[in-house]
Amino acid sequence: MQFFGGSEISPSPPVPTASGNNAYVLYIFNRNGVCLLYREWNRPLKTLNSQQDHKLMFGLLFSLKSLTAKMDPTCVDKGNLGVPQLPGQGCSFHSFRTNTYKLSFMESPSGIKIILVTHPRTGDLRESLKYIYNLYVEYVVKNPLYSPGAPIRCDLFDTTVDQYVRGLG
Amino acid sequence: MAPVAPRSGDAIFASVERVNSELFTLTYGAIVRQLLTDLEDVDEVNKQLDQMGYNIGVRLVDEFLAKSNVSRCVDFKETAEVIAKVGFKMFLGVTASVTNWDAEGTTCSLILEDNPLVDFVELPDTCQGLYYCNILSGVIRGALEMVSMKTEVTWLRDMLRGDDAFELQVKLLKQVHEEYPYKDDE
Repeated sequence: MQFFGGSEISPSPPVPTASGNNAYVLYIFNRNGVCLLYREWNRPLKTLNSQQDHKLMFGLLFSLKSLTAKMDPTCVDKGNLGVPQLPGQGCSFHSFRTNTYKLSFMESPSGIKIILVTHPRTGDLRESLKYIYNLYVEYVVKNPLYSPGAPIRCDLFDTTVDQYVRGLG
Repeated sequence: MAPVAPRSGDAIFASVERVNSELFTLTYGAIVRQLLTDLEDVDEVNKQLDQMGYNIGVRLVDEFLAKSNVSRCVDFKETAEVIAKVGFKMFLGVTASVTNWDAEGTTCSLILEDNPLVDFVELPDTCQGLYYCNILSGVIRGALEMVSMKTEVTWLRDMLRGDDAFELQVKLLKQVHEEYPYKDDE
């Protein structure tokens, strides 16, 4: 959602860091709100402690999904705002952009939510988020030492995601 | 970029890495034999197989969703079709058929003509109560629970007990909607 016209009007966003890395932050949540992974590459301003930050992010997306589904003009169902939904049901919002960042979101039907915050000029990241989901399946889900629902502590996954995200954009 | 269309079971089966089916059958057989030796009671073994299947299903569902690109199924009928045609094909190499829908559309049967788990297997007289493929019922239950459906999966027909096919009954108990997990005052 871009309010008040294009980003040319607002002050231009900060230039990406010298490494050419486009991405700022990555979150992965599961269906119960547990933050499985949090990685940051470029986040100069931190206003909240990490617990509150995760809750805020999860809550934001939860509400946004609900809102976008209820405001869908093509949808037949006239449910009230606030009625709980199944993960993946309804129209799925996939990104929003402000003058300083773009947030891309993907949710699987099993409730795994992947959020990537990048430079606002970034294009459509849906395929990239799918690829990160595939990485999650290969390195985390198939890892017998990982217990589902716990935060991810897997070095191989961290390095692969890091490499992939740095190569984006 | 438009979202990618869902892939058919055959297409995914052709693209994943496969393992020798005899190795798979023999490994599964070794697991069941070891459980019988350790636990000795056939009902306990059935329960353990179901629990193991549940743990597998909980992880398997993400791999299934990632590789097959299916979007959320609209209703339980579609879910059962997807499990039978894409899921079984992708992981076991065989397709199942869906029949025996009840009036409300919450119970159906998955029929497997061919089952790689039971190649060369015969049940001896001491194990007559054993559901040899009970891991499959756990897998389906675990996988569906991760997509918000609580189900009950039972065996109606079992070829190792003399029937002509494998028939699994899948009954949808309820759909669990997602709730906001944090309490408001925290």
